[in-house]
Amino acid sequence: MTVDGSARAFRQHGRVVVVGASLAGLRAAETLREEGFVGALTMIGDEPSEPYDRPPLSKQVLLGKVPADGTALPRRRALDAEWRLGVAATGLDLTGKRVRLADGQEVGFDRLLIATGTRARPWPRETEADLDGVFVLRTADDAARLERRLAARPRRVLVIGAGFTGSEVASACRERGLEVTVAERGPAPLVGALGGVIGAVAAELQREHGVDLRCGIMVTALEGDPAGRLKRAHLSDGTTLDVDVAVIALGAMRNTEWLAGSGLGAGPRGVACDAGCRAFDVHGIVTDDIFVAGDVARSPHPLFGYQFLSLEHWGNALAQAEVAAHNMISSGPDRRPHLWVPAFWSAQFGVNIKSVGVPPMGEELIVTQGSLAERRFAAAYGHQGRVIAAVTFDHARWIDFYREQIESAAPFPPVFANVDRRPEGLRPVGADFPDPALPTHGPTVTLSGYSPSERRVTFTPARA
Amino acid sequence: MRLVVDLNRCQGYAQCAFLAPDVFTMHGEEALMYDPGADEARREQVMRAVAACPVQAILVDRTDAPIALERAQAHDR
Repeated sequence: MTVDGSARAFRQHGRVVVVGASLAGLRAAETLREEGFVGALTMIGDEPSEPYDRPPLSKQVLLGKVPADGTALPRRRALDAEWRLGVAATGLDLTGKRVRLADGQEVGFDRLLIATGTRARPWPRETEADLDGVFVLRTADDAARLERRLAARPRRVLVIGAGFTGSEVASACRERGLEVTVAERGPAPLVGALGGVIGAVAAELQREHGVDLRCGIMVTALEGDPAGRLKRAHLSDGTTLDVDVAVIALGAMRNTEWLAGSGLGAGPRGVACDAGCRAFDVHGIVTDDIFVAGDVARSPHPLFGYQFLSLEHWGNALAQAEVAAHNMISSGPDRRPHLWVPAFWSAQFGVNIKSVGVPPMGEELIVTQGSLAERRFAAAYGHQGRVIAAVTFDHARWIDFYREQIESAAPFPPVFANVDRRPEGLRPVGADFPDPALPTHGPTVTLSGYSPSERRVTFTPARA
Repeated sequence: MRLVVDLNRCQGYAQCAFLAPDVFTMHGEEALMYDPGADEARREQVMRAVAACPVQAILVDRTDAPIALERAQAHDR
């Protein structure tokens, strides 16, 4: 059978299993059908509900404007799929081509898409995490529980971690008129994702909106009363806070435990795959029938020095799912690389924050339009003399321009004639990202992998 | 009806907020907040907002069949 023949036969008769029935999994399934796959399709998801959108959970839902079960994703088409919802995948038999499920069953496949995404990193001490009043925010159920508690008007909310999720939670609290303290162990909010210069703007924004923001501080303990209700938090500077709600916003963990021992190159940073979304095995050899997409994928990007990027970006989940699905049913010459330029958004404290590219790769930053002081600006990041990323505060219409700058490896500092250049935009400053050797909340973009010019990978075996 | 806005594409033009104000709201200068599970009675307004969006960022259901119905149909087959 010719290669083309096998692709055509697969479209007619192949069995595809998608593990992870969230944004990426759904979009992949839709794309398979749109592109003519008529074989058997099985969707496995550990949450019992239909695929839903997560970004509104930290905004509209926490503000009480939308119910937590009201963010179901629209359907682009009927899928004609077998849905196995509410059951987690627990193992993968590569040789036998089977997925093991928590209920003891196994599902056979010809080609598999791994789209299991991330989950919220829990508070590390289980007894404290179990106190009534301690929350994480990732699932619709998490959002429903937290919103009910906020509606009951707690005296003070403590947000632990000032990344995007923690900052959005704090913004929702202030908009509801609730007292909120944010404890961030780094020097500023959003510092891992956008660096210290932009982080300083975010810090001022929070304080101007009434947030009790404490940076360079860790929470050392959460204390409950005899009934198991959260009462107090102890901070690393020796102070204590009376709080009755704590939101743990320490970043995300990739859902890869179910792949332990499978032989795939899967670990805490995600599942390594090539630019066509084919998973690597532990020897660094691409598999033929295992594909990866979304937050759980870690793939090389040619615009960024072939760094393996692990993105927690909504748009990346969509774009990568489409590429993976296309490649699952295509022969070699028709396969496509995943070349989406990373882009992200957040709405907090009345400001629309957007980024494009990979800001953590930037060494320098220059404000190209607007003013940090006005909280309305565009800023570009430079890496080795080229524009590598940009961030905007209420300047969304410039994002596409900077995406084009990144795609064309435009020089940094930028040389385009521009309007609205302020004094602070006359020269670049250091972007002020934290020393990666120092602990901080996890960045939205994880950079790892080998680059001949500067970076090396260090393999750290998981502790027994 | 279900909808989702691709907020990477969204540039805050706010045509949707004019055409379907109960579903789309501007939050601050540029940030859009919307009701992903809009009332079916708003469908005409939402479809006008979809058509008017300069960057075509609003994605709505092309099929309203919930999964449960698909499951039932698959089971009957």
